[in-house]
Amino acid sequence: MTASELTMPSRRALIGGASKTLSVAGLAMIVSGCSYAAAPTSAGATSQDVEILNAAIALEHEGIAAYQIAATSGLLQPAVVEIGVTFQGHHKGHRDLLIKAVEQLGGTATEEQSQDHYVEALGVASLKNQEDVLRLALKLERGAANAYLGLIPSLGNDFHQVAAQMAGDEAFHAAILASALGESIPKAPLMFG
Amino acid sequence: MGTKASTWVGIGLTTTVIGGILLANGSQSQQQTRHVAGNVAEIAPSIPSLALPVTMAAASNHAAAGKKLYQAKCGACHSLDKNRVGPRHRNIVGKRAGTVSGFRYSNALKKSKLTWTAKNLDAWLANPSKLAPGTSMGFRLTKADERSAIIAYLKSVSRKAK
Repeated sequence: MTASELTMPSRRALIGGASKTLSVAGLAMIVSGCSYAAAPTSAGATSQDVEILNAAIALEHEGIAAYQIAATSGLLQPAVVEIGVTFQGHHKGHRDLLIKAVEQLGGTATEEQSQDHYVEALGVASLKNQEDVLRLALKLERGAANAYLGLIPSLGNDFHQVAAQMAGDEAFHAAILASALGESIPKAPLMFG
Repeated sequence: MGTKASTWVGIGLTTTVIGGILLANGSQSQQQTRHVAGNVAEIAPSIPSLALPVTMAAASNHAAAGKKLYQAKCGACHSLDKNRVGPRHRNIVGKRAGTVSGFRYSNALKKSKLTWTAKNLDAWLANPSKLAPGTSMGFRLTKADERSAIIAYLKSVSRKAK
């Protein structure tokens, strides 16, 4: 895949085919690959989940945009772009699952912001070479792994496993990026969370 | 994968040394220190004349530890000077919650009437939805020493806290 193929489809197009009939528990079962019954939740708890999941969607929007900007920056070697596109695909997968979850809960998923917003918010103007880009990506991925782990206690039980799975993906990305940047392997366990 | 692997793994590993927290002044004979991995030293000066510099050094170390934690724990959503997933944080200590310009807050925070004191920040980081039910921030930082260090860092970048 080339950088020119990375243009994001609209959110509506991405979610247009999403089933509207799955229960929250059903969604969680699909996402996590296990079967269990969801406990009844209060309206307040559901609303709280929607708020938190929407923040996670915003996080994924930013990550997707970051890889888009990086891939089209001209600062990366082609092989690095290819890996970045793969990582971006993971984030798109996260986003789509989170959007589906919010909609199943009766909420409205937060929209992505403009590319200009992300360019400004991420300080893209200061990126001068491939290493700068990789360091930004590492910071975002490491932070995202911690973010998902840190929000698990605030989420309803149905979303614990999927949040942990997403944290695992982010930790995988962070490990690859840290290795590419020559960072030493952490000596202490429990590197995230 | 050969090309990708050579590109990514071919970048040589370098060893970085992550040192412990060193005090700018004094020695072990002049003060009692307790170092905990990943935490900030607790210092009890035994010589009164050294109390101020030792306290300042400790505060500086605490904030420095907090800066690293901030980047690792908060950096996915926040930065000092840009509104991102969350609002920017420079000058956040002492500021009324829900009032950073240009950021779209949840109603929960806009209506909270909280001021970001150290105490409120600690409660917020421990369990945001307990302090402001309905907030979109779900991240909880369970370790009190990490919360303390991050708050020290936020104080160090806030005018009203100095």
